[in-house]
Amino acid sequence: MGSKATIITDPDPLTGKLTWDSIPVHDPVILPVMIAVALGGIFLFALITKMGKWRYLWDEWITSVDHKKIGIMYIIAAIVMLVRGFADALMMRAQQALATADSVGAGYLPPEHYDQIFTAHGVIMIFFVAMPLVVGLMNIVVPLQIGARDVAFPFLNSLSFWLFVVGAVLVNVSLFVGEFAATGWLAYPPLSGLEYSPWVGVDYWLWALQISGIGTLLTGVNFFVTTLRMRAPGMKLMQMPVFTWTSLCANVLIIIAFPILTVTITLLTLDRYIGTNFFTNDLGGNQMMYVNLIWAWGHPEVYILILPAFGIFSEITATFSRKRLFGYTSLVWATAVIMVLSMVVWLHHFFTMGAGASVNAFFGIATMIISVPTGVKIFNWLFTMYKGRVEFSASMWWTCSFLFTFTIGGMTGVMLAVPAADFVLHNSLFLIAHFHNVIIGGAVFGYFAGMTYWFPKATGFMLDEKLGKVACALWTIGFFAAFMPLYILGFNGMTRRLNYYDNPEWTPLLWIAASGALIVLAGIMTQFYQIFVSIHDRHKNKDVTGDPWNARTLEWATSSPPPFYNFAELPKIHDRDEHYYKKEHGLAYQAPDKYKKIHMPKNTWAGVVISAFSLVMGFAFVWHIWWMAAFGFLGMIGSWIMYSFERNKDYYVPVEQVEEIEAKHLDAVRQHAKTNS
Amino acid sequence: MSTATATDHSHGGAAHGSVKEYVIGLMLSIVLTAIPFSVLMYDLLTPVLTLTVILVCAIAQIFVQLIFFLHMNSSSEQIWNTTSAVFVVLIVAIVVIGSIWIMEHLNHNMLMGH
Repeated sequence: MGSKATIITDPDPLTGKLTWDSIPVHDPVILPVMIAVALGGIFLFALITKMGKWRYLWDEWITSVDHKKIGIMYIIAAIVMLVRGFADALMMRAQQALATADSVGAGYLPPEHYDQIFTAHGVIMIFFVAMPLVVGLMNIVVPLQIGARDVAFPFLNSLSFWLFVVGAVLVNVSLFVGEFAATGWLAYPPLSGLEYSPWVGVDYWLWALQISGIGTLLTGVNFFVTTLRMRAPGMKLMQMPVFTWTSLCANVLIIIAFPILTVTITLLTLDRYIGTNFFTNDLGGNQMMYVNLIWAWGHPEVYILILPAFGIFSEITATFSRKRLFGYTSLVWATAVIMVLSMVVWLHHFFTMGAGASVNAFFGIATMIISVPTGVKIFNWLFTMYKGRVEFSASMWWTCSFLFTFTIGGMTGVMLAVPAADFVLHNSLFLIAHFHNVIIGGAVFGYFAGMTYWFPKATGFMLDEKLGKVACALWTIGFFAAFMPLYILGFNGMTRRLNYYDNPEWTPLLWIAASGALIVLAGIMTQFYQIFVSIHDRHKNKDVTGDPWNARTLEWATSSPPPFYNFAELPKIHDRDEHYYKKEHGLAYQAPDKYKKIHMPKNTWAGVVISAFSLVMGFAFVWHIWWMAAFGFLGMIGSWIMYSFERNKDYYVPVEQVEEIEAKHLDAVRQHAKTNS
Repeated sequence: MSTATATDHSHGGAAHGSVKEYVIGLMLSIVLTAIPFSVLMYDLLTPVLTLTVILVCAIAQIFVQLIFFLHMNSSSEQIWNTTSAVFVVLIVAIVVIGSIWIMEHLNHNMLMGH
C-alpha cells in the first residue's frame, strides 16, 4: 500500500526507488496473503524437489513447443489468475455492502487500497484470465482442427506464453512489493501521470501490459499464419471449422489492435519516465487523445475475447444437436462483418467526453449496426438446435445459459449505444452490469463450455458431467443475483468505483449483489471439485476412441490426448465436418498403407530464458533501477542472438515410433468398438 | 522452425525480385528522400508547400517500397499479401481519419488550447 512517506522521487543508483519500506508488512489485509503465498510457494517447491520432478517439468513443459502443452499451461495460469481476480471481486462486493450511509467512509478497505483492488480486478480478468483462456483454447484446438502438426512458429508460441506469464508475475509481485495502479483498469491520464500517481503502481501496470501485450501480438501473428498456411491438403477456407474461423478473425483483430495499445502505453511510459507531455494537463498534452487511442484498441479487444467464444458455441451446438451447423456461410460472414465493424465503434466508450452530436450519432449508429450480425449468430444456434436431437451435456448447459444471458447483455448494450441514454448511464453501475453481462454471460461461459468440450481431447479423460451442470447452474444464478441489482442501481444513479456512498436505499440491493458473488464462488468451488473428482476417476472417464461426443470436426479424428505429432498422416479433406464424413463413409480410424517419418520442432530453452530476462527488465524499470534494466534488456537480446545461432532445431520421428503409437491407438479403438457392439 | 506441413505448400508469399528491380527501387527511394530534405534545408518553399512536398514524397516512398522491395502485386502467390495490405490500409485509414475527426470535435467543444 505504501504510505506517502515511502515514495522516493530521487532513485538511488543501486536500488532505484526500492527500499524495505516498499514491502507492505504493516498492512493487515496484505500480510496474511503474503505469508500464505510464501508458505504455499515453499511447499510447492519442496514437493517438486522431493518428487524429483524438476527435470520432468523442464523437459516436458517449460521448454515445450508443443501447442497442446502450451495451451494447457495457458489455461492453468488463467485459472490461477481467476482465483486472484475473483478474490478482488469478493472484496469489492463486501466493501460496497458494508460501506453504508450510517458509516460513511467505513467498510473495511481504505480508499487507496480499494482503488487498487478494482484496478487489479479489471486488469487481471481481461488480460490474465480471459485472454489466456482464449489463447489457450486456440492453442489446443486450432492446429488439430486444421490438421496441422504444430503452429507455424513453435518457438514464438513458447515465447508468447512466457511473456504472458511475465506480465502476470509482475501484477502479482505488485501486491507484495510496492503497490498496483489505483487508476481504473485503463489508467486514464492525467490521474495515471506522474503528478497524480507518483509511485510505482502505474509503472507495474505499464510494464505488465507492455510485456504480455507483445506476447499476445506474437500469438496473433503465429495463429494467423498457421491458419492460412498450414491447413491440411484440400481444406478450403470455407471448409474450416467455425472455431478456426472465429479464431482467425480474432487473430486479425489482435494484429491490427494490439499495436495501438503498445504505442499508447509507450507514450504514457515516456510521459512518466522522461518527462514528455503527450497526455499531461499542460504544455500541449491532451489526455483526450489517450482515451481515444486506448479505446481504438479496447473495443476490438472485447471482440477478440468474444469471437472465439462464438466459435466454441457453434461447435458444441452442432455436435450435441446431431446436425450440421445451420447457416455456416452466414455465420462466417457475420464473424467477418463483426471483425470490420468492431474497428468503427470505439467512440461509444466516451460519448460523454464532448465530441458533439454528429460524431456521437455516427458511432452510436455504427454500434447499433454491430448487433445485427451478432443477432444472426443467435439465430444460427437456435436453428441448429431446432428439430435436432439435442443432448443436454454440460457444455450444452453452458451454451443454453449463454443464449439467455448474452441476449440480455446485448440488448442493454444497444440501449447504451443511444448517445442520449448514455449520458444518463455512462460510468454508472448500469454499464458495469452490461459489460459483465456480455463478458461473463458471453465470453466466460463460452470458455467454460469449450473447456468442458475439449477437456478429454487435451487430457484423455472427461470432466464429470453432473458437477459441470451444477457449476453452470450456480454460475448462472449467481451471475443474475450479482448483476441484475447493478442494473437497477445504475438507473438509480449509483456510479461505478464508489468506495462508500450516502444513500441507504442502495444497501439492500448491494447485499443481494454480494450474495450473488458468493453463489458464483460456490460455482467456482464446484469447478475445482469437478476437476479433482475427474482426475480421481480418470480411468472410469477415459476417452478411448478420441471422439467421446460423437463429434464432427477434425480434432476428434486423432487420439485423446493426441500424439505429439497430432496426425500420423496429414488428412485429406473432403467435407466441412470432416470427421463426421469419415465416420459416415467408413473411412475413420484407418491406418495408411505406409507411415512416413515426421518432421518436428525440438523443444527450446529460449522462450523461457528470454522471458525471464524481460521480467528482470520490467521489474527494474518499475523501480527505476537502470543498471538492472540494461542487464535484463541485454540478456533478452543476447539470448535471442544465441538461440538464432543454434543449428539443431528440428528432428525426424522415426517410422517405427509412429507405427507403435498409431497401432496402440487403433487397437484401443477396435477393442472399444467390439465391447460396445 | 516450421514443421513438415510447411514444405507441402512452400513457395507461397515470398516472391523474389531481380537486381534491376532493387536498383530502381533504391534510386527512387534516394530521390524521394533527397527532395524533402533539400526543400527543408535550403528553405526553398513556403512552409505550407514544404509540408505538402514532404507528405507527397512520404506517400510515394511507401508505394515505392511496397512495389520494389516487398514485390506486392496481384499475382496468385501475392494475393494474400496484397489483400492484407489493402485491409491494413483500410483499418489504418479508419483509425487515423476517425481519430482526427473525433479529436477535432473534442478540441473544439472542450476548448483545448484556449
